Amino acid sequence: MPDTPDRADNFYEVDQNRIDVVERPRSLWRSIYAQGWLRKSLVLILLAAIWEFYGRRIDNELVLPTFFETMAALFSAFASGELPAAAGYTIPVLLMGYLAGLALAGILTALASATRIGADLLETLTAMFNPLPSIALLPLALLWFGLGEGAIIFVLIHAVLWAVALNTFAGFRSVSPTLKMVGQNYGLSHLNYILRILIPGAFPSILTGLKVGWAFAWRTLIAAELVFGAQGGSGGLGWFIFERKNQLLIADVFAGLLTVILFGLFVENVIFKTIERRTVERWGMSGNSR
Amino acid sequence: MSARPDSRLEFEAGSEPLVSVRGVTLRYRSETTITTATYRVSFDVLQADRFVLLGPSGCGKSTLLKAIGGFIEPTEGELLLKGKPITGPGSDRAFVFQEFDQLLPWKTVLQNISFALTAGRKLNRQKADDRARHFIEKVGLTPFTDNFPHMLSGGMKQRVAIARAMATEPDVLLMDEPFAALDALTRDRMQSELLKLCDETQFSVVFVTHSIPEAIRIGTRILLLTPHPGQAKAEINCRGTDETDESGQLLSERIHKLLFDHA
Repeated sequence: MPDTPDRADNFYEVDQNRIDVVERPRSLWRSIYAQGWLRKSLVLILLAAIWEFYGRRIDNELVLPTFFETMAALFSAFASGELPAAAGYTIPVLLMGYLAGLALAGILTALASATRIGADLLETLTAMFNPLPSIALLPLALLWFGLGEGAIIFVLIHAVLWAVALNTFAGFRSVSPTLKMVGQNYGLSHLNYILRILIPGAFPSILTGLKVGWAFAWRTLIAAELVFGAQGGSGGLGWFIFERKNQLLIADVFAGLLTVILFGLFVENVIFKTIERRTVERWGMSGNSR
Repeated sequence: MSARPDSRLEFEAGSEPLVSVRGVTLRYRSETTITTATYRVSFDVLQADRFVLLGPSGCGKSTLLKAIGGFIEPTEGELLLKGKPITGPGSDRAFVFQEFDQLLPWKTVLQNISFALTAGRKLNRQKADDRARHFIEKVGLTPFTDNFPHMLSGGMKQRVAIARAMATEPDVLLMDEPFAALDALTRDRMQSELLKLCDETQFSVVFVTHSIPEAIRIGTRILLLTPHPGQAKAEINCRGTDETDESGQLLSERIHKLLFDHA
């Protein structure tokens, strides 16, 4: 045994109030820098400045209109009602295709979760069709459904269906076995079990599926309208872009593209972000809390 | 407390067992192998028992509990609840798991409990909420009624799970190592709380654990299982303390010998 000195027991006075700083607000600069939207706005302003500068340098509005020219075109196209009309044509078609795709994905996933052969069906179909770009189906769709909304909605469904079904089913499978047993213990019907346990339990991956499906649908639609426009359909955003290019109104083309981007940003950062905040983040299921 | 002989299958006439496990063999089937988890285990759980299934890991005690829960079908033997065969999961048996993720993350503490009441039985929302609040108070979580599970500590989550199980007023509570994932201090407090709740409500409990001290503290009757596959080794009475018997041997020592001496 090493020779350790005798030590007495010690007792201390504990006073929580004497600690002067438990939490302290951060400095002004740090709290400004911590705001994500502020940092991103800064990046946007920087990009716009580079654009404006480069546009002025090459000074050729047929190749690259400057930022301010594009903005002017955007405002006048909005004011004249042409862009809103084009968007007003595109968005209802998009929603129809998206919702129909979701409904089909729901049916397919419910089948897959109920029977093994349903799961095999879903897996096989997804493996076959998920890698197939929807726009590649447009010629066939035009043949089957004619030059109209039918053909576009068909390709939109194809764009949405597989991404959503795949993610939802993967989400169902990843719901923890404990949670599944708890759900069974409640004595719920099969449909209620899906609605009240599986869907909320799989919501993080379902949300991912919804986002991916949305992005696919949006891109497919604009692409389809570009092709469609060439064949003389009525005007959506894609058609607007195509038409203005033919008239060599390049600033308007840029304005159309910006509208597509802005709408995409709006859906991603306002609609999906709100859903996310009210569901998975509130429930502590988001995994990455930024 | 009813004094029962240590040998099993010999109980007083008139007290029909609440849960009856008769010669139950349970097997897991994977793609390549069949594993026997328990082999011909029999025991009876009586009303107001705190019946502990005790054994080292791999003795199939959790599997046995899941079979009582109706999640696994026995390959041999039968399982009865109040004399009727168990055919599947149901709200007459409430489960408390070891895992903290047994609460529905998208529901608050109150909703987690009241949903269990409205889902199975047709209790209306108002009554379900009232009863849920009562049991939340019983486990001392009233300030956290409207919190989501991810804001609670592990011990609090287990308390909610216990409150939820009790609120459904099941015939029997099935607890699968509910305190195993807690730190030692919290576990100790939870054990006393559980005992207090059981004394107040006279619930019947089947409790799975691999800890001898926990088994002695919780149980009124302890079934010892051997590992690989689980077979019943002994069924003994317990009074909640580690007592010495006539030969001067501590109960925990006796249990330890029964479980680990293969002489």
